[in-house]
Amino acid sequence: MLEIPVIRWGKPYESLEKDDVVHFETGEVLAQVHQANGGLIKVDMRKAPNARKVLCEIPIPDLVEMCKKAADLYLNAELPLGNGTQTPEDFYRMQSATTGLPEHMCASNMKKNSFVLNNMAEILDALTRGLPYDILTNGFGKEERGVMVSYQANAPVLGMVLPSNSPGVHTLWMPVIPMQVGLVLKPGPQEPWTPYRMYEAFCQAGVPREVFSIYPGGPEVGAAVLADCERAMIFGGTPTVERYHGNPRVQAHGPGFSKVLFGDDMVDDWEQYIDLMADSVLVNSGRSCISCSGIWASRHGKEIAEALAERLGPVEPLSPTDPNAPLAAFTLPGVAEAMNAQIDEGCKVGSVTEVTEKHRGGSRLVQQERCDYLRPTVLHCSDPAAEMANTEYMFPFVSVVDCPQEKMIKSIGQTLVASGITEDPTFSRQLLDATNIDRLNIGAVKTIALNWLQPHEGNIVDFLFRARAFQNSPPPAH
Amino acid sequence: MATLLSLLNGADILAVCILPNCLPSLFFRGEKRTVSGENLDALVSKAKDDLDAQVCEIIEWHFNPETGCPFWLEKAQEFNFDPRKDVKCFDDLKKFPSFEDEWLRGGPVRRWLPKGLENEPVYVFETGGTTGIPKTRVACNDFRTDYEVFSGTLPDESFPRGSNWLMLGPSGPRRLRLAVEHLAQFRGGICFCVDLDPRWVVKLLKRGKVQDMEEYRDHVIDQAMTVLSAGHDIKCMFTTPKLLEALAMRLIDDGSSIAEAGITGIFCGGTEFTQQWYRFAKEELLGDDVYITPTYGNTLMGLACGKPFVPEDNYKITYYAPQPRAVIEVADFKDSNLNVGYGETGRVKLTTLTKEIFVPGFLERDEGEREQPHEKYPWDGISGVRPFHEIAKATTVGVY
Repeated sequence: MLEIPVIRWGKPYESLEKDDVVHFETGEVLAQVHQANGGLIKVDMRKAPNARKVLCEIPIPDLVEMCKKAADLYLNAELPLGNGTQTPEDFYRMQSATTGLPEHMCASNMKKNSFVLNNMAEILDALTRGLPYDILTNGFGKEERGVMVSYQANAPVLGMVLPSNSPGVHTLWMPVIPMQVGLVLKPGPQEPWTPYRMYEAFCQAGVPREVFSIYPGGPEVGAAVLADCERAMIFGGTPTVERYHGNPRVQAHGPGFSKVLFGDDMVDDWEQYIDLMADSVLVNSGRSCISCSGIWASRHGKEIAEALAERLGPVEPLSPTDPNAPLAAFTLPGVAEAMNAQIDEGCKVGSVTEVTEKHRGGSRLVQQERCDYLRPTVLHCSDPAAEMANTEYMFPFVSVVDCPQEKMIKSIGQTLVASGITEDPTFSRQLLDATNIDRLNIGAVKTIALNWLQPHEGNIVDFLFRARAFQNSPPPAH
Repeated sequence: MATLLSLLNGADILAVCILPNCLPSLFFRGEKRTVSGENLDALVSKAKDDLDAQVCEIIEWHFNPETGCPFWLEKAQEFNFDPRKDVKCFDDLKKFPSFEDEWLRGGPVRRWLPKGLENEPVYVFETGGTTGIPKTRVACNDFRTDYEVFSGTLPDESFPRGSNWLMLGPSGPRRLRLAVEHLAQFRGGICFCVDLDPRWVVKLLKRGKVQDMEEYRDHVIDQAMTVLSAGHDIKCMFTTPKLLEALAMRLIDDGSSIAEAGITGIFCGGTEFTQQWYRFAKEELLGDDVYITPTYGNTLMGLACGKPFVPEDNYKITYYAPQPRAVIEVADFKDSNLNVGYGETGRVKLTTLTKEIFVPGFLERDEGEREQPHEKYPWDGISGVRPFHEIAKATTVGVY
């Protein structure tokens, strides 16, 4: 039996409590993960400044090189894991078996993580806007244009309370180590795999073990990470995001409510964008915050919904080992059933029509012995105020909403990714000025198409470092 | 030779003392006897006899119109059996319907006071009560008796007689404050108290006001730090796991520790106390010089204490009820009249058998594994106590 210990600043710690990580289809226990208690984190965080001290002794270019090595190790090597080892194939199979995501999607996520690590120099350059590395290390320095700047680390470590259901989020914390900030990871109960494999890859590539802690455990452990790390990220639903809203120490990542927005100038050509819309909804089984859950247009809404339903409706679950499996399984009992019931309830409103039903040839909810699936669902909403017009679920679900262009930006609410299909300069300007949109694409860009050189939900550099004034000589007379 | 049980039950007992590294000893007026040579089976058998005798005595008291309480006398009218005639042993308590904790809500609380005690000064203690009407229990002297019995389980070198105590935990309508204060006084000390209102903490957490909760916790710890720094010669403490953790962290941040603050013995309870937390507390908060004893209890039952620490147990915590005054059973989840097998998991079922209160078969909101009798406590124990899985998801537990 694979046993995975708690990691306390690089040292394994065997807890008296363990949690089984189970194959969702067979019930087989794939590993036992030792469980931390909140107090361990409180004690350990007293030593957190050491992580940054150790990392600051390694020049950032060297850490960037280590990221490249780690990228290769993570993608290709057989790496230690607890009391055993894990090949890349083991990794994506285990991840699939515990999260419900098809194997090919897990393998694809590996490539994505590896890509980010491999291109760390460019990513850091983009996120810091070309800041010389030694300014991050020393806390101050002069830019090439001769201006003194100071960036002070807000925290010696970043705490991450990670999810179980979305392996894609791990790219967010990869730039942390090369920015000389330590990592405190609380893995999701069903997804210990990425944190441990990434930790091992970093360490084998030369990053000192003592800058990492990994604390599997229950909600008490997540709460301790959030309370005791000066900067932390958490992934959760809308209540989680609302709970930490306005807390400068915590960056909460929740549902994205990402959308495709048609301008009046382009909406009559909607048929040209059907692939863009379908991929934005379906890729990664619709499980990402960047997956499209709303398509807004002033006209042709019914036709768009019908065409999407024709494309997505027939999509059905396949075995997670099938290289064409399009859908992820729901492995927690009752979750899919509850979502299905919510959607049925939402469709009782007169302005909401379920368009996929006739193309699906069966129920939306597919219940199997040990897991459930929800098949793609397209709704047409003639009223933008309907609850289902702005809803997100963790499967390919999209509402096509009729809404006049002039009311669109106000009506869409908070939107992580908006792809504006428009060439109208006025609408483009309005989209650029809309503060309720985070990532903005103007043009034919899928919501799920990320450029890693761009910040995601706030720039992590700004989260970890504070730009402030610094002088080591009197300023010029004025 | 008298057994542990009969001594606990006897009127002439002063204290039961369990010293580390020595056999349990029972102190009487002028004599000391050991139970080292007793065969466990015989002890278990005697304990069962004593429990049956206690049942008979308590049933007679509570259902006799001369001495019983209005609640049970009235309730008995609904029964198809006569408790005084038909209940002759512990197993016969199964004839009673399940004890509903709703019966304990609201007034008049004197319906629970036995006539035989009606001239005694009466206390009322509450349990629960985050929302709605709390459950109440009347008491005269049980809390003192329970804690005097518990006192006998505390090693004198860690809880020195005559030393002062810090009570760092919930007081208000709970019996804990009075009970701990009595424990300190019983052992010749004075108890300094810092209050905590768990109902307010639960409200803050339900509203998502984590920062406010942390500020309140810090306010509580500030007061504890002040008391500890004021030269009161405090060596013993009652606190909850969460507050102990917070106090230890504050002391670490100040370059000190629980041991350096002068504490040598901690009686800890009130919220979930896991095996892993026990080990963490011993290894990382307290060190070798501070003794910590886990306890499990509530206002209804009294105090179950942990089996003495031995390294071979690997910090497993096994609790034993103060039998025959109270009994813990580990009941089948589907049929609470059946006990699970040893090592198996079931729901905590409490029975309280004192002259002040009779509570047959109350299903607690906890579960755990049934444990074999121990020579110090020759009756069933329970380990791995944790919130009952069907309730845990909907409850805010262990908040203080």
